[in-house]
Amino acid sequence: MDLFEAIFWFLTAMAIGSALGVILSRNPINSVLFLIATFFAISGHYILMNAQFLAIVNIIVYAGAIMVLFLFVIMLMNLNADVEPQKSRLVQFAGIISGGILFLLILAALRDMKAAGVIEKTATDIGLMKNLGKTLFQNYVFPFEISSVLFLSAMIGAMVIGKKETLVIDKN
Amino acid sequence: MGVLMRRNAIIIFMCVELMLNAVNLLMVAFSKMFNDPSSQIFVFFIMVVAAAEVAVGLAIIVMMYRKVHSVDINILNRLKH
Repeated sequence: MDLFEAIFWFLTAMAIGSALGVILSRNPINSVLFLIATFFAISGHYILMNAQFLAIVNIIVYAGAIMVLFLFVIMLMNLNADVEPQKSRLVQFAGIISGGILFLLILAALRDMKAAGVIEKTATDIGLMKNLGKTLFQNYVFPFEISSVLFLSAMIGAMVIGKKETLVIDKN
Repeated sequence: MGVLMRRNAIIIFMCVELMLNAVNLLMVAFSKMFNDPSSQIFVFFIMVVAAAEVAVGLAIIVMMYRKVHSVDINILNRLKH
């Protein structure tokens, strides 16, 4: 399983590095591209953990739909040239300190944890679409329907927010 | 950390997406560890909620940009007055 570990560490480094790139890059377009790289790395992790369905959904929904939406909005606003004024040093320092404290907390929690044996690498098939579909439609039918209502209301809300503004602009 | 450090509203949204993805990754790891498919269903629902949130949030950002021609969140301080 040396190849497995090599792929795991490569994906981990890629995910963390490009997540830092999202935060630290000046240009919003670069941030979006780093975010797409992060999503692909996370999808690779899903495949390593035998969650093929979630990997595909992650690529299609996030890297396909949401990132296109982000890029579209950024290009619509034509923001890529300007340099945003930075926050004050105090707030940046507070952000770094709080992130570091969270990291230390996680590290301290993980330090006391014993490794509960190596998780068996047998090919569990719970991530396949058949089993997930059975679980989704047997135990979680009601949240599924609720989420469809949520999607509908989000879509209508987005359209209303966008539309009212154009009416105001027309009046001006 | 990105949410606290940046002032561009779009980048703040991207950092929120990153946090949601971290939770998703943890959930899939738990599902592998406990051999339980229901946490992958939760990941699915988190993705659904994130997609809806991004749609509404980007609409709000576009509206704000049309109003004040900026995506700097400090301009939203004016909402106080």
